[in-house]
Amino acid sequence: MTQEIILETRDLAKHFGGLKAVGGVNLRVRAGSLHAIIGPNGAGKTTLFNLISGHLKPTRGQVFLRGQDVTGLPPHRLAHMGLGRSFQITNIFPNLTVLENVRLAVQARGPDNFKLWHDYRRFSRYISRAREVIEYVSLKGKEHLLASALSHGDKRKLELAILLASDPDILLLDEPTAGMASEDVPELMRIVEHIRQTTGKTILLVEHNMDVVMRVSERITVMHRGRVLAEGTPQEIAANEAVQEAYLGSWGTRTG
Amino acid sequence: MVEPGTLDVRAKQATRRWNLQGLMVVLFLALFPFLASLVTGEPPDAGRPKFWQGLLIQAYIFAVYALSYDILMGYTGILSFGHAMFFGTGVYATAMLLKHAEWGLGQIFLAVLLITFVQGVLFGLVSLRVKGVYFAMVTLAFAEAFYILSEATDFRRWTGAEDGLHGIPVPDFINPTDQRLRFYYLALGFALIVYLIARRVVNSPTGRVIVAIRENETRAATLGYNTFAYKLIAFVFSGVLAGLAGMVHALWNLNASPAVLSVNTTINALLMTIIGGAGTLVGPMLGAGVLQLLGYVLSRTFGPRWPLVFGVVFILIVLFLPYGIVGTWNRWRAHSSTKDKPSLSSK
Repeated sequence: MTQEIILETRDLAKHFGGLKAVGGVNLRVRAGSLHAIIGPNGAGKTTLFNLISGHLKPTRGQVFLRGQDVTGLPPHRLAHMGLGRSFQITNIFPNLTVLENVRLAVQARGPDNFKLWHDYRRFSRYISRAREVIEYVSLKGKEHLLASALSHGDKRKLELAILLASDPDILLLDEPTAGMASEDVPELMRIVEHIRQTTGKTILLVEHNMDVVMRVSERITVMHRGRVLAEGTPQEIAANEAVQEAYLGSWGTRTG
Repeated sequence: MVEPGTLDVRAKQATRRWNLQGLMVVLFLALFPFLASLVTGEPPDAGRPKFWQGLLIQAYIFAVYALSYDILMGYTGILSFGHAMFFGTGVYATAMLLKHAEWGLGQIFLAVLLITFVQGVLFGLVSLRVKGVYFAMVTLAFAEAFYILSEATDFRRWTGAEDGLHGIPVPDFINPTDQRLRFYYLALGFALIVYLIARRVVNSPTGRVIVAIRENETRAATLGYNTFAYKLIAFVFSGVLAGLAGMVHALWNLNASPAVLSVNTTINALLMTIIGGAGTLVGPMLGAGVLQLLGYVLSRTFGPRWPLVFGVVFILIVLFLPYGIVGTWNRWRAHSSTKDKPSLSSK
């Protein structure tokens, strides 16, 4: 496996007034790996994602994408550099059909966005690619439903489909299973694992479900109060005393 | 045409049905002067047929203006309180160029295009930096600035200040008084062409991105769309169309008065869009017609107190047709036929 560092943060920090949501995080993500970030609520995981994806500007520190400093670039620029993300709170186009949600994601990476005088339905490659992705996340048959009419589990799948369709090299998945019924979780995680195995894309995952994290990730970063508490393989993390004290103990009882 | 398999057969049929219905409406409107002449027994270019054409001409002009507003409000999802700026600029540019410079209509058309385009880019670059109610306030401020400018006595020589400009020398061949029938077809053709252009644009890849921004701007940006650029395109496009509506308005009324730049003119666009149905193209056009004809009927029936009655009608429309006439109709159709899925195309 390649050891290239595709994504790196150096002393990345975000302060909201006196609150240090992220207080100097150094993160190195290898290309092609599945890297999980775990931590209790309020540890700063989502804020870290927002800093990486350009939705927030850092108070301090830098973000590097393939060695290039991308700190403070707007989300749409980062998207064109191969960084894509999903959101913890479902973030779709509610009054458009499932197909149109995904088709817009495909179109985003194409060269036709500023064509004002052509019917969008004539760009059949976007539509056929969108249908492929919809089938991949097992939403086939629901193409013409409005996104707002989907069940919560299907909305999470759509969220993933939108991300996949925009064909990023690095996927930031912010709790892809958030709010899902437990019986739906394995299917979604199978899709996530399958993505990595078949495409070699890098996945940075925030997840609460410990079973899932321990099973799928290669490396885990544990965050606590805006800082990195520990980093290592799942085995190392499971054996780390500081982590157990701060975090896993309470989780062991919850996930049982 | 659309390649096979890329579009549902159902959606295709729906599109065809729409086109057929639209064609029949256009046919009816095109024959209207002669139908009116048949009914009343008066010649198509005089009497009641002539008067009714006048009402419709006004409706066609506002139809274009309302449609342009809906590109912003219904498609892009941004609420502007300064749309009168573009409309009024079109009116004043036309009136001043005809009265003081005696330009030809073709030159004036190009001038209005250029002026409103530049205006859209400049004011869009500034006002689109803020969102929501702040955007509404900034656009309101710009439009009010133009309104105050139009009343400024310093420029009385050119603008006529608070009196406006009257007796604009419109070329004889389209004089709306002597050539009513010809002007009727000019206004109808204008509305039809603008509708077809707008339909092409909203169904283009760019048009779909604009709708995506309305639905969820953060998501659109995260996918890689530079949402500022798309909003600017929508703002400029909408502004240019409003300016052209203003041009025809000046030709029809043979005058320009500060009222066209007032906030009331913007509110009218808002009313027409809400009544007809935001996010559709036909809706605002229909809304313009409804507002125009309702205003005429109510003012004849109730005299100067008609806005009071109109207020009640408006409240009823908003209560019972929350998506406007066309919007509610579309939803009702989508629900009534369980198998008929909402079509991808927007009309």
